[in-house]
Amino acid sequence: MNAPLPPTNGGCRSAPVLKERGQREVFCGLTGIIWLHRKMQDAFFLVVGSRTCAHLLQSAAGVMIFAEPRFGTAILEESDLAGLADAHEELDREVARLLARRPDIRQLFLVGSCPSEVIKIDLARAAERLSQVHAPHVRVLNYSGSGIETTFTQGEDACLASMVPVLKDTTARELLVVGALPDVVEDQMLGLLAEMGVGPVRLLPARRIDDTTAVGPNTVFALTQPFLGDTHAALERRGARHLAAPFPFGDEGTTAWLRAIATEFDVSEETFEAVTAAPRARARKAIAQAADALRGKSVFFFPDSQLEIPLARFLTRECGMTAVEVGSPYIHDALHGPDLDLLPAGPQISEGQDVDKQLARARAARPDLTVCGLGLANPLEAEGLSTKWAIELVFTPVHFYEQAGDLAGLFSRPLRRKSVLQLEAAE
Amino acid sequence: MKLTVWTYEGPPHVGAMRVATAMKGLHYVLHAPQGDTYADLLFTMIERRDHRPPVTYTTFQARDLGSDTATLFKQSCQEAVDRFDPQAIIVGASCTAELIQDDPAGLAETMGLSIPVIPLELPSYQRKENFGADETFYQIVKHLARAQDRTARVTCNILGPTALGFRHRDDVEEITGLLSDLGIDVNVVAPLGATPGDIARLPAAHFNVLLSPETGETAARWLEKNHGQPYTKTMPIGVGATRDFIAEVGAITGLPCTPDESRLRMPWWSRSVDSTYLTGKRVFIFGDGTHVAAHARIARNEMGFEVVGIGCYNREMARPIRALAKEYGVEALITDDYLEVEQAIETLSPEMILGTQMERHIGKRLGIPCAVISAPVHVQDYPARYSPQVGFEGANVIFDTLIHPLVMGLEEHLLTMFRDDFEFHDAAGPSHHGGQHQMADAGASGGSISGKMIEQVAADDNVIWLSDAERELKKIPFFVRGKARRNTETFAVERGLHEISLDTLYEAKAHYAR
Repeated sequence: MNAPLPPTNGGCRSAPVLKERGQREVFCGLTGIIWLHRKMQDAFFLVVGSRTCAHLLQSAAGVMIFAEPRFGTAILEESDLAGLADAHEELDREVARLLARRPDIRQLFLVGSCPSEVIKIDLARAAERLSQVHAPHVRVLNYSGSGIETTFTQGEDACLASMVPVLKDTTARELLVVGALPDVVEDQMLGLLAEMGVGPVRLLPARRIDDTTAVGPNTVFALTQPFLGDTHAALERRGARHLAAPFPFGDEGTTAWLRAIATEFDVSEETFEAVTAAPRARARKAIAQAADALRGKSVFFFPDSQLEIPLARFLTRECGMTAVEVGSPYIHDALHGPDLDLLPAGPQISEGQDVDKQLARARAARPDLTVCGLGLANPLEAEGLSTKWAIELVFTPVHFYEQAGDLAGLFSRPLRRKSVLQLEAAE
Repeated sequence: MKLTVWTYEGPPHVGAMRVATAMKGLHYVLHAPQGDTYADLLFTMIERRDHRPPVTYTTFQARDLGSDTATLFKQSCQEAVDRFDPQAIIVGASCTAELIQDDPAGLAETMGLSIPVIPLELPSYQRKENFGADETFYQIVKHLARAQDRTARVTCNILGPTALGFRHRDDVEEITGLLSDLGIDVNVVAPLGATPGDIARLPAAHFNVLLSPETGETAARWLEKNHGQPYTKTMPIGVGATRDFIAEVGAITGLPCTPDESRLRMPWWSRSVDSTYLTGKRVFIFGDGTHVAAHARIARNEMGFEVVGIGCYNREMARPIRALAKEYGVEALITDDYLEVEQAIETLSPEMILGTQMERHIGKRLGIPCAVISAPVHVQDYPARYSPQVGFEGANVIFDTLIHPLVMGLEEHLLTMFRDDFEFHDAAGPSHHGGQHQMADAGASGGSISGKMIEQVAADDNVIWLSDAERELKKIPFFVRGKARRNTETFAVERGLHEISLDTLYEAKAHYAR
């Protein structure tokens, strides 16, 4: 059995954490709508917010790909701020109009924003009321993606957590895999689990509302994303048990993640090896190709998606990089602990952000690669630092064996680009 | 409450950021929650700026709301002043901070800072980005401009260009060159590139050139009223408008304004025979009021297009655009609802759209070529090359911009000649575009609107296409087929015909021949 060995110099699980607060250069939780609406193809996300919220979604999406996407913003106007009763009536009207126009919508999420939270529009009550009006065709749920409560990927966490209470009860011993993955990656994962004989496997979020995801005391669940703390807690409240493991990035992370499930479901070592040997070999080969540019280089993570700790583990252990600082918006021991155990001691682990102080640390360290948000990337490039935009790590398929090479490639491309560009005169 | 899918303008504090980011030595302290920092990427990614916008966000969270967000504001403000050492700061609130009513202006004033503190009141729930920029620039000018003697030589200020503006970088350079040809020096360009110290010197100029009414008009009016500086009303976009602008500058300054037109190629490019095919192309124009008005004139008078509809998203310009629409004999569409614009374009089915990045998407979906002539724009609309819109070089650039999405004149004839050859099948598109001109499938988002072909033979009401006519219609090149179909149907309806035969098709063709 080749379980990942903890680093000889000790891991980072008990390392002191630098906790900072100040200006945060991160998106709010509304951003998750960009990938969640692609994942749940019968869902509409209705943000109750301001023009800023609509503008954020448009800017974070980068381009407007679709004429009429399955998300929108009910923009609060001066008259809505005057009286709350009005706001509810207005919301009912907008939802009725929307659902009449979009009969393909089966689930509607009312998404709270900073303004709706501050003026205390009770979206839970609105969701309950609207569910009664539009049941059984449409299920209405609510969650908050507001910046005062959620950081970037916490929006997905809040969304999935809002679905847990309405999942059907079951006493079956089932595996529930939690976290929105691109369909192609999800299918690879289901294929591996099926070959090991693990099943039935349920998914949260399911691709469509009719699916059979249920939860109960015999459910065990695995998280595919490291930012699902509230969902984790909500599932435990329903009696489900978490299979703690490193996250499935790279060969080592994927193997450890699968192994936690295999062990739970008594999959034999022979079967495990038979199923994973070929994709593992492919992953190693692909990582090796991309890792050439990364070996011996240093990396600095600004906090963004909570993927930072597992990715730092991948880059240090599988790509030969050295981590200088690993910043994460939030650190949950139950989720991030297994990855911290494997991350070789040395880097500064930091939680939260005071962006100007952190920029000063990055400038002093001059890492070979800085992983940061879109607002910081070009300014740092202009200072001569190579950067990787963090948001691409969330928008691109990066989980499991077949994407391990792509994941390494995301980090090596900026370094390769720097080495191929020759813009000076020849002499 | 209004359901919005895509927006033409951001909130007003983004307008304030456009002014702050354009300037030097100015810092913006913005009372705002986590997440509002997304606006930085508009500047660093879309405009490819190599510096962070000079904005400090207080980043309050839910747990702060119960305690003391005012202290958080003051602390952020002090830290920003200490760290960035600006000559002046502007302070204000984003939409959420407006609700908690901390009064950033009042708080900053009590701090006893040694630099000017300019408070901004930008009502987030009523107004939008252009207002925010215009109001912010006006407040800065009002607070900092100092009465002083005029310069000895005739000089002007250039007012309005901001960060994230449409071609503002190059427009400033072009207009500066043009003014220099006329013997006029530029005193200050603002806000783009100006420091608070430069703003103080604005009243030394003899007059103002208003380069962007959307973002500079209130300041220009104030300077006229309080410092006696007239400002130019003509936007020098297009050949005719540039000549009008020069005449207006001559009238203001009394200088003999005879510009050097040796680099102006546009009128000949438009008169040369290849451009014949442009005649009567039906165009729909949508964007900010200023660019729409300028492009309506260019389209009709300088390109020989037929303007079938105009509109703008900024209500501030509703009145002039309505008046202009009347002059052109078309309906004005004043809306910031993207779906309404899409509907109007679908109904009018123009041969070309002059619009914003939003209309580019509409055009993609409907298979209509689109040239981008106005903000909002995306990263591809910040070209590396010099490409102004104003002045004589601007007129050259616009000619190229407007013909690029179209099939060239010579090519159009070839397409007609060889339309049955497989190389010229309908989806081939203009030969100078590598891409495939396949209809985007809007249904991919799970949306209810499918990417339907607009040429689809589906006649109105009770007009039926007979099969021979339908076959013939399919032989017509795709880029004129929509028009042929529509004209034929209109022709049939006007004559009370219920069927369209081959004869009807050609009778209609003769009727509409131009």
